[in-house]
Amino acid sequence: MYALIAEDLGKQFGSRKVFSGISFELETGQSIAITGRNGTGKSTLLMLLLGIHHPTRGQARYARDNEYLDDRIIRARTSLVSPYLNLYDQLTGEENLAFFATLAGISLTGKKADELLARVGLEGRGVDRVGAYSSGMKQRLKYAVALLKDPAYLFLDEPSSNLDTDGKRLVHDLIEERRRESVVIIATNEEEEYSLADGTIRLGR
Amino acid sequence: MEPSGLVGKAFAVYAKDLRLELRTKYAFNTIMMFGVTTLAVVSFSLGQSGLPPRLLAALFWIVVFFSAMAALAQVFTREEEAGTALALRLTADPNAVYLGKLLFNLTLLITLSVIITPLFFIFTDAATGNLLLFVMVLALGVLALCAATTLVAAIISKAAVKGALFAVLSFPILLLPLMLLVTASDSVLMGRGVSDILAPIQGLFAYTVVMVTASALLFKFVWKE
Repeated sequence: MYALIAEDLGKQFGSRKVFSGISFELETGQSIAITGRNGTGKSTLLMLLLGIHHPTRGQARYARDNEYLDDRIIRARTSLVSPYLNLYDQLTGEENLAFFATLAGISLTGKKADELLARVGLEGRGVDRVGAYSSGMKQRLKYAVALLKDPAYLFLDEPSSNLDTDGKRLVHDLIEERRRESVVIIATNEEEEYSLADGTIRLGR
Repeated sequence: MEPSGLVGKAFAVYAKDLRLELRTKYAFNTIMMFGVTTLAVVSFSLGQSGLPPRLLAALFWIVVFFSAMAALAQVFTREEEAGTALALRLTADPNAVYLGKLLFNLTLLITLSVIITPLFFIFTDAATGNLLLFVMVLALGVLALCAATTLVAAIISKAAVKGALFAVLSFPILLLPLMLLVTASDSVLMGRGVSDILAPIQGLFAYTVVMVTASALLFKFVWKE
């Protein structure tokens, strides 16, 4: 059983306080949505939880069966889909998958890569360079890379951005599926998406 | 799950960068354009006028230094500007990123050296002296320059004025190895033997070991935020 514990998290840029006093505890099978107007710090909170940015106060801890996890395990079991995260345009979809699989220490067969691409609706497009993908296809490939790790922690920032109706349905299905097996954190203002989560943190009130 | 070791992951970062470079030739074109242009300006200005070895050695390392400044920073700035650094941060062991980037910078500078060095001797009509010894000094120099600049490249990758900052931060760090390299190259061009360049070679070797070790230890803090 994996857990994510946020303890009194706060972030300040210079004299501007973005948010403070964010505390929660989530376990595998639980999900939370972070909502709030533009500029209230939804993406910043995700970055603090991911350890990419340092909080001004408080801390985020990752644990498994009451034991804190080290960075290596956190990296291997954490995935993010975000507008701020890009894949390599000059590599093909398959090459991107293979690269991130190697970094995560995962053995990726051609069959597994095809399955992942098919899962996100990119069957037959794995040999094309990502630079030739549409923005929606790039978003789908980010989901394939995220699922590669079989994430114990799945962070989604504006999960449906750039996606068409089919793509949005795919994302909602994925969230439904992953929220049973992972800790899922969704930063969004779309009601369809935050209603999928067990709870909501509203920033900027 | 199949565990890949640090070396395997570092090689994956290196292979990815090499593949991107072969497809775009961005850093290669920059480094070659800078190297060949500087070399051409130097040779046309001075002609084949039998310059003293000390001056030739200094000119050679100035060409290599400025070419390195033009391209070595791109190894990290390209990741930041393309928005791919976040994916790398979330998945890769920082040590694997550092080693992979160091290897890529080494490849770039070795490629430059292989092309620039013969041209330098042709354009300046410099006496090669002990060629094997010159190649050894060159190899150590390339290693020392890459060891020092790869960490600086990571530091400046998020700054607004990257190019200028890279040169400003690298210059004091590179002053010592450049002086040692000029001294060693000068001796080799004068036809002296190994015993005469032992002190600068030892200094360069020690510098490189210290820089690689310090960079490997510090990189994860620079890379994190």
